[in-house]
Amino acid sequence: MLALSSLRRDAVLRGVAIQVLFLGVLALLVYEAVATGLANMRAHHIPVDFSFWREPAGFDIDQHLIPYSPASTYGRAFLVGLLNTLLVAAIGIVPASLLGFALGAARLSRNFLVARLAAIYVEATRNVPLLLQLLFWYNAVLEALPSPQRSLALPGHVYLNDRGLFLPAPVFAPAAVWVLVAFGFGLFGGLACWFWAKRMDSWRSLAVLPVIAFPLATYFAIGQPLGFDVPVLKGFNFSGGAKLLPEFIALLFSLVLYTAAFIAEIVRAGIEGVPKGQGEAASALGLREAEARKYVIIPQAMRLIVPPLTSQYLNLFKNSSLAVFIGYPDLIQVFAGTVLNQTGAAVPVMATTMAVYLSVSLLTSLLMNLYNRRIAKVQH
Amino acid sequence: MFSAMLSKKLLFCVFFGLALAVSSGDADATTLDQVKQRGYLICGSNPGLPGFGLPDDNGNWTGFDVDFCRAVAATIFDDPSKVKFLPLTAKDRFTALQSGEVDVLAHNTTWTLSREAGQGLLFTGVNFYDGQGFMVRGKLNISSALELSGASICVQQGTTSELNIADFFHSHQMSYEPVAFATSDEAVKAYENGRCDAFATDSSALYVERAKLADPDAHVILPEIISKEPFSPAVRQGDDQWFNLVKWVNFVMLDAEEADISSANVDDKMKSEDPEARRILGVEGNFGEGLGLSKDWAYRIIKHVGNYAEVFERNLGEGSPLRIKRGLNALWTHGGIQYAPPIR
Repeated sequence: MLALSSLRRDAVLRGVAIQVLFLGVLALLVYEAVATGLANMRAHHIPVDFSFWREPAGFDIDQHLIPYSPASTYGRAFLVGLLNTLLVAAIGIVPASLLGFALGAARLSRNFLVARLAAIYVEATRNVPLLLQLLFWYNAVLEALPSPQRSLALPGHVYLNDRGLFLPAPVFAPAAVWVLVAFGFGLFGGLACWFWAKRMDSWRSLAVLPVIAFPLATYFAIGQPLGFDVPVLKGFNFSGGAKLLPEFIALLFSLVLYTAAFIAEIVRAGIEGVPKGQGEAASALGLREAEARKYVIIPQAMRLIVPPLTSQYLNLFKNSSLAVFIGYPDLIQVFAGTVLNQTGAAVPVMATTMAVYLSVSLLTSLLMNLYNRRIAKVQH
Repeated sequence: MFSAMLSKKLLFCVFFGLALAVSSGDADATTLDQVKQRGYLICGSNPGLPGFGLPDDNGNWTGFDVDFCRAVAATIFDDPSKVKFLPLTAKDRFTALQSGEVDVLAHNTTWTLSREAGQGLLFTGVNFYDGQGFMVRGKLNISSALELSGASICVQQGTTSELNIADFFHSHQMSYEPVAFATSDEAVKAYENGRCDAFATDSSALYVERAKLADPDAHVILPEIISKEPFSPAVRQGDDQWFNLVKWVNFVMLDAEEADISSANVDDKMKSEDPEARRILGVEGNFGEGLGLSKDWAYRIIKHVGNYAEVFERNLGEGSPLRIKRGLNALWTHGGIQYAPPIR
């Protein structure tokens, strides 16, 4: 039997016992805090449950990737906001990375002008708060754009004005589903080609052929089932076609430019972190500079770049919440703003919002860590 | 020695846990007691709406809702300056009231069912009847809101304005593009920049915002009033005495105007024979007692702040740059719908 005397003698048992006790007291405190808080809020009629989730929202959202109207529920409004946030983050990550890598490499360039310009850009962008940059892009760009009646007409029925960028939207006839099927077959064929080419040690890029040829052939065979919904100026605004909000463009711009500056520094640090001996050994082996970079330097630099890169991606995602300052309907603006105010359910709304940001961030770092583990140095 | 340490830590943990478990909510002090003990009233106000609530460069607050809070402070402390104004946005005003951060919310808030029943508030009585309208640029040559199909409308997020334009456009089968901003200032700026064709908010605020624009005469306010926006101060549920107190501050200011008592003649009226004046000013009866106040509760309000007409004229009417007509806000005896229960 576990006598108290055995606690005195066995250090490990003691440690476990103290930790169990501590956890118990902590759990008790947390439970008390939550229960008291809930009871007080109920007494004051502050909504603490999610009963508002199924009630009609009553307000419109300008950009919605899924069908939405004021008769939709608050739950649907949450989804619309979430999709808008994910859209801006997903679209922002690729250009930010590309620009960041390019700038990082530019800073290490032997060309004096290129290196200095890159340095100036990075230093300037990193040191100004993102909010100011966002407001600058939004207001400066918005002021410069003309009204819809005087839009900038670009070739291909594209119009640019202060209400947004209007593009023709593709309209698919029902028969177009066959093009999709053909695309699926094309992918299969492409994969088969790739493996076959690898086996035969032949050109693997041939695999692209089926992926393009199958859908294209089907498209023309069916009779080109693709129309375009062209934006047309009707009264105040353009109707028809697809629209990119100026708020979306300004947010994307500022997020990409800001995050790219940080990524540039990470890339520079990564490349400089590869031991100089590696580059020298590569040239001693007869590799050209481009080959040395591609096969020796960059793979080793990636090990140093990927962990900080993950946090920059997370920053980009979290910084998108600044959208509330320019009226872009992201998760914070729609859910933690309008829905919060209309329902008064402060605690459920904020808890959900924080949970969403936490989950997406954790998922992103999980994926990046998986990639990191694959390219990590194998210690023998 | 070790067992002494363990038992000390154990004891500390146990007592700490017990103390927290035992210390449930504090004693049920009424809001009036808390305010009196604190020595001043905390009022939730709108920091950016001239005419209703606006601090100047020296931090002195003026406005219609501000004067209401001063009236409440005057009736409790006999000093209209014993009030602290907490600037709140449309987003956090209700949370601040529900959580106890402010004692009374005077924030040009529209009285709606969902706010009263769903958020644990009580609205004390309409002090300003308003409605929602649209402001557009004059050169668009629009004379009615029904011509706004397809337009972009700037609106402040989290207000009834956002919901009302959704109702209006959908019920008339018109499409529109809503652009919602966190504050009214940002929405007006976007409207001025041309991001939107129209700006929608309460009609009184439209006059205010138009006066602030670079070229006020270039903008017109359309005639349609598309909603009912009765503004009322609000208090928390659960304190009936405080609710009655705040409610009757509003009513007595209207009753005083009806009985022709103003800050100018209130001292003379103390000596008058008019039974209504005598009841209001506490010469006869003790109506203040039921509210937790003194006999001269109404005298304090009228002397320090004024009756409804004075407060209106000073902040919104002819005595202000806004020059809003009494309209619906006139007394029922003068063609409006402001009607207060009698003091008796």
